[in-house]
Amino acid sequence: MTATEFLQHLANGVSLGSLYALIAIGYTMVYGIIRLVNFAHGDLLMVAAYIAFYGILLFSLPWPLAFIVAVVLTTLIGVTIERVAYRPLRDAPRITVLISAIGVSFLLENLGLVVFGGRSKAFYVPPFFAAINHIGETAVPNLVWFIPLVTVALLLILMHLLYRTRIGMAMRAVARDLDTARLMAIDVDQVISFTFMVGSSLAAIGGLMWGLKFPQINPLMGAMPGLKCFIAAVVGGIGNIGGAVVGGFVLGVGEILLVAFFPELAGYRDAFAFILLILTLLIRPTGLLGERVAEKV
Amino acid sequence: MTRKNNYLYTLMAVAALAVVVAWAQTGLFGLLSPWDAYTVRIMNLCAINIGLGLALNLVNGFTGQFSLGHAGFMAIGAYTVALLAMSPAVKQMNFFMVPLIAPFDKIQISFWAGILWGGLLSAFFGFLIGAPVLRLRGDYLAIATLGFAEIIRVVIINVKGLTNGALGLKGIPVYTNLWWTTAYAGLTVLLMVRLIKSSYGRALKAIREDEIAAQAMGIDVFYHKMLAFVLAAFIAGVGGGLQASLIGSIDPAMYKLPLTFQILLMVVLGGMGSITGTVIAATIVTALMEILRFVESPLTLGAIHLPGIPGMRMVVFSLLLIVVTLFYSHGLMGDKEFSWDLLFSRRTKQGVTQ
Repeated sequence: MTATEFLQHLANGVSLGSLYALIAIGYTMVYGIIRLVNFAHGDLLMVAAYIAFYGILLFSLPWPLAFIVAVVLTTLIGVTIERVAYRPLRDAPRITVLISAIGVSFLLENLGLVVFGGRSKAFYVPPFFAAINHIGETAVPNLVWFIPLVTVALLLILMHLLYRTRIGMAMRAVARDLDTARLMAIDVDQVISFTFMVGSSLAAIGGLMWGLKFPQINPLMGAMPGLKCFIAAVVGGIGNIGGAVVGGFVLGVGEILLVAFFPELAGYRDAFAFILLILTLLIRPTGLLGERVAEKV
Repeated sequence: MTRKNNYLYTLMAVAALAVVVAWAQTGLFGLLSPWDAYTVRIMNLCAINIGLGLALNLVNGFTGQFSLGHAGFMAIGAYTVALLAMSPAVKQMNFFMVPLIAPFDKIQISFWAGILWGGLLSAFFGFLIGAPVLRLRGDYLAIATLGFAEIIRVVIINVKGLTNGALGLKGIPVYTNLWWTTAYAGLTVLLMVRLIKSSYGRALKAIREDEIAAQAMGIDVFYHKMLAFVLAAFIAGVGGGLQASLIGSIDPAMYKLPLTFQILLMVVLGGMGSITGTVIAATIVTALMEILRFVESPLTLGAIHLPGIPGMRMVVFSLLLIVVTLFYSHGLMGDKEFSWDLLFSRRTKQGVTQ
């Protein structure tokens, strides 16, 4: 493998990794705050991609507007899901909420199949993103450097939100201890709704960029990225934003380089993430950046 | 109500079931089966799903360990049965891309031995998988088992010399009939009832209620979890094998998360931790899968013509799962069980509490 090829793969890996990171942040925030693996998170990717697709196709919206509409609507759907399917189960055993989340995920996927049809659709890629850019010998489409840029920008905004605003402080308090936060007069339900809002909008942006990167969208497109990004969150240390970013990069770069160095293992690409997950859970259950938390008895 | 009477009732119920099965499968005393092949097939599916549901309930309901790896074990059972029971000629027709590795290209063993191997192999993988993942709890366990099921599927797709990859296997000999499936369901029910009433069952329930307290009472938590997991893997493997032989063709795409979801729906609907509930719910869900086909086919009411909506059934089932978890989280039976005493008791109106 030449240095150019390696750089090419690395660029791809970083791009995919930052996309994983973006989606993993949503997982980690929701898990951090209500200890729920939000199975439906991955399917919000699909919802956002389809809203943008139909916005452009049926309502002839210019693509930036269609993308904004997609993010707003997906965010609303995410918040609604929390309100309808998770909030009534706030005091129920965690497994019950998990089952509800699995139900929501399947509902979204199957509704997608019914409403949008099972056939893959071609996602509109604006020429700007598809344009090839030469950096030295490596040729990369604009999208490859655009995705990490968006992730970094959103990460900075998120950090500001979490550590410099009142609602951010409330979110951290709820994540630390929900009951105590409630005693401190924090409106826990509102904070959780807000967390879902932030998480869902990140998922929506992730979904749109996923559509740009892999411009074949279908109703089941969110399932695998959803699982992988949850894995990224666990690998980095769940509940930790920095961890989600690190996990996303480890997973994305690892996946691409695995295929680059061992092309004969390309078929096992999807298994890589799960093996990484199981190794993490066995060797370092709190993830790369997670703190060691004593189990409460 | 004496114990002896209860045994008598059970025997009578089993005998009645055997008569129904004989009648449905082959006809009885010259009377032809009153059910057509389609209905008999659904009855087969019901029985298989009862066994599969009970296996998942053993882990998820009775032991409280949320596993999502059922489809993986079913896949192992199905592929084992297919590879062992198919004739060498059919195998050669299937493996036209990559030839089947020796010795599987030559051997063909009897169906029941294949089923047994399927279950044992599945149990062995359950043991291998359980050893690391059963240390995990709650949602981590769910994701890890889901991950293992996915790994099994990816391996099946890639080991083309053994599994024919994504093409799957066709022409699996159809040995499964109502005798096989009812025996499978019946034996699973029997096993579950005996297990749950034994000290093992009480240990499993103790682990479900409070793992740490159970450990403090001297229960070997890991051993019992492992026992439930391996047993469930065995039952799932056998069920997968029977199902493969009923359908006649398998491919890796069948064994994705939706399959586990379907079984999970039965367990949740019936009540996590109720054998009776799973039996009832498995029957209902399997029957509904067929009955609800009408929403997918075009419908003409007089002048109004409604086009069919393919895929609508799964929407209904997803909604059902959400509604059950939200409003009816104990399921049909909660953790109660059917018993003859309950059925014949005069006190049923006040409710029999233990």
